[in-house]
Amino acid sequence: MLRFLLLFSRQGKLRLQKWFTPLSDREKKKVIRDMMMLVLPRLPRTCNFLHWKDLKIVYKRYASLYFCAGLEDQDNELLALEVLHRYVELLDKYFGNVCELDIIFNFEKAYFILDEFLMGGEILETSRFAVGVSMEEADTLQETMEEYMSKPAY
Amino acid sequence: MPAPIRLRELIRTIRTARTQAEEREMIQKECAAIRSSFREEDNTYRCRNVAKLLYMHMLGYPAHFGQLECLKLIASQKFTDKRIGYLGAMLLLDERQDVHLLMTNCIKNDLNHSTQYVQGLALCTLGCMGSSEMCRDLAGEVEKLLKTSNSYLRKKAALCAVHVIRKVPELMEMFLPATKNLLSEKNHGVLHTSVVLLTEMCERSPDMLAHFRKLVPQLVRILKNLIMSGYSPEHDVSGISDPFLQVRILRLLRILGKNDDDSSEAMNDILAQVATNTETSKNVGNAILYETVLTIMDIKSESGLRVLAINILGRFLLNNDKNIRYVALTSLLKTVQTDHNAVQRHRSTIVDCLKDLDVSIKRRAMELSFALVNGNNIRGMMKELLYFLDSCDPEFKADCASGVFLAAEKYAPSKRWHIDTIMRVLTTAGSYVRDDSVPNLIQLITNSVEMHAYTVQRLYKALLDDISQQPLVQVASWCIGEYGDLLVSGQCEEEEPIQVTEDEVLDVLEGLLVSNLSTPVTRGYALTAIMKLSTRFSSVNRIKKVVSIYGSSIDVELQQRAVEYNALFKKYDHMRSALLERMPIMEKTASNGPTEIVQTNGETEPSVVEPKHPPPVTQPTNQATDLLDLLGGNDMVSVIQTTVPTKPASAGGELLDLLGDLSLSGIPPITAYNKNGLKIDFTFERANPNPNIAVITIHASNSTETDMTDFVFQAAVPKTFQLQLLSPSSNVVPALNQGTVTQVIRVLNPQKQQLRMRIKLTYTHRGSAVQDLAEVNNFPPQSWQ
Repeated sequence: MLRFLLLFSRQGKLRLQKWFTPLSDREKKKVIRDMMMLVLPRLPRTCNFLHWKDLKIVYKRYASLYFCAGLEDQDNELLALEVLHRYVELLDKYFGNVCELDIIFNFEKAYFILDEFLMGGEILETSRFAVGVSMEEADTLQETMEEYMSKPAY
Repeated sequence: MPAPIRLRELIRTIRTARTQAEEREMIQKECAAIRSSFREEDNTYRCRNVAKLLYMHMLGYPAHFGQLECLKLIASQKFTDKRIGYLGAMLLLDERQDVHLLMTNCIKNDLNHSTQYVQGLALCTLGCMGSSEMCRDLAGEVEKLLKTSNSYLRKKAALCAVHVIRKVPELMEMFLPATKNLLSEKNHGVLHTSVVLLTEMCERSPDMLAHFRKLVPQLVRILKNLIMSGYSPEHDVSGISDPFLQVRILRLLRILGKNDDDSSEAMNDILAQVATNTETSKNVGNAILYETVLTIMDIKSESGLRVLAINILGRFLLNNDKNIRYVALTSLLKTVQTDHNAVQRHRSTIVDCLKDLDVSIKRRAMELSFALVNGNNIRGMMKELLYFLDSCDPEFKADCASGVFLAAEKYAPSKRWHIDTIMRVLTTAGSYVRDDSVPNLIQLITNSVEMHAYTVQRLYKALLDDISQQPLVQVASWCIGEYGDLLVSGQCEEEEPIQVTEDEVLDVLEGLLVSNLSTPVTRGYALTAIMKLSTRFSSVNRIKKVVSIYGSSIDVELQQRAVEYNALFKKYDHMRSALLERMPIMEKTASNGPTEIVQTNGETEPSVVEPKHPPPVTQPTNQATDLLDLLGGNDMVSVIQTTVPTKPASAGGELLDLLGDLSLSGIPPITAYNKNGLKIDFTFERANPNPNIAVITIHASNSTETDMTDFVFQAAVPKTFQLQLLSPSSNVVPALNQGTVTQVIRVLNPQKQQLRMRIKLTYTHRGSAVQDLAEVNNFPPQSWQ
């Protein structure tokens, strides 16, 4: 299972944090700091896998955002790259040509999409259409249209 | 009260802050507004406020005051509220706080909600952060939902069940009936999560594992359909249909086929099919191949299949994609023990990976290379590994050096090769070598008797080049100290002997003593080496001079050594050649080498353990000279205490423990002294390896009503004996016989003469200092015969 999934920018700003095991606030902050320290200095054409404590760390950079996941020993790293890619695809489908600003201004949507794709560190849905369909339907249930629905002008 | 600002508005505003301080100010202002809004129990805008709070939390600011608000949102009827409420619960609450338990009832209600998306929210929250108590309370609801026909809910219930089982493994049984027809689902989401659930159950319980083995044919069928099926846009990834599900099935098959012949047989064909037909041009295909290889290696597959798997890994090694090379090296590392020969075939490719630019790959390649070294390939492999050691990053050097030493020790084709290899490591990566390598190497060199001359010559030459690498310098000084005579006499057979004089050698060693590059430990080595040369070289006067200079060194360690060596020259010259003679071949203790003979702080005092040498002579203290003065007239030889009484030496401590019982050895104890309330008993034991040594333990007890403090016991014996006094257990003899002070005396009596002893006692009692002398003549004959 995945232990955590983090999204952060090149400048070290956290954009999303999903934890699949219970950790204290201090422990979470430490993990975030360590991941940034490990991943941000990496050179462009190096391996996407690292070892950190007893976990395998898989990271991939998409434009200005780093997607970083912590895996357990029996997890398949190559597949984890596909998982990260699928999540980006889902964001892209939902937001239409997603960029970092979309995730900043609509972070709660990014979480909702993630929660339709992964749960408890495991993949919940493998169909790329099903997640989008669920999101659309759930969005229509939202009572206040003005709150979240309109795409904001940044 | 105006409406609180919108989430997006806040985000935009905060992003305009130019400094951290400005941002903090904005955040504090907004938090204050939010807090007052919470206090007013404003239902309309609670959702908006919590959302803003979550954003600020992500920036790193505290948001705990919003926890209860999240609970209120969850309890609300509005879907918008619930969505944000559950998100907030997952971000702000955790199972450590009791607050989270308040969610349980809401979740229970929402699990039975009429809208599946609400049920989904509840399942998601429970499945991500549910504590053990919550899981216990709600497991029944989850189990119900696991049996629903609604695939949206069923897949979520499956992963929620996985979480429940992880938290409360005893509940696993209750999910068993619901798993009956999970695999007959067509929906991929349900299939995938079901496979995950089955995997979790099989991993946790051997009974479940046995029970689910019957699913192997069904799993094989599903996998086959995935491979053979046509293009399905919703599941396709670069031409492969639902790789996530394929990999998960392969993983479950691995668990089911392990140690089971029938299951392994049933999956053989499909594994071969996947291994040969999967497209390898993209990462996704390789992900599946990787999982397939792991499965093949773990189950009882036939040998042809295993060879296929290793060959796939071999091909991975040649792949342009770094990730794939990395994964291949990791897998090969796992299989190298069981399929050693197959992996050996790829040795040259693996060795090439040492030259890869990527750090992660280099590390894996290094580990794997060491695992592949054997008696046949040692020469070739070592050449590559030494070359790697030369050029690799500092973070690798320590591990690589250790690996080289280990490999060289196991498979060295000749002693000369071994020494050469060690020399190479010391000269190229000398400062990265681990501390314990120095004693191990010294032991190795000692035991290669015929190579002594060659070794010392090479080490000497290395020292002339470079004295900055401490482990090299330490080993070299030690060797020069031991074998300096061979160096000077030019006896080397292996290579051209160099011409070097005694003075040149002493110059080098003295150079080490004064150099800024030498650490205190190294200086210790150098000084000891110089001392040892006093019995091997003829320029004794020069050595005496050096040793006496360091008698006033600021470094306490050096000073102590110098003073002791000085004493060797002055008073114990007759013992000097015996003490400093050539070291015998050391026996290895544990696999780490002779830790008891050579202490890891670099000390190599020749006197420590060898029973053949006479007991060590240590630092003369002022007390000893007092005793001498005192006993001036007699022909008694003084004896010196070892360490300060507050720090008991470990050897003494053990002996003290051993001799707790008074009548151990059959030699009757005696009362040596009994005056003014102070009684001193002697108990006896023979020291094991050397029957000439009698071990006496004194037991001092005090029958008065006040303690005797600063208690010091001293002893002297006739000239033909030698005496060693170890540290006392304490220097306070408690009043009213409440305890004893014990101290161990070792007496060497080679001529088996009658033992006599003169003792001196000093202590403070009732505020005044007391001193007394006595002779002990009542030693039982067994103690000295």
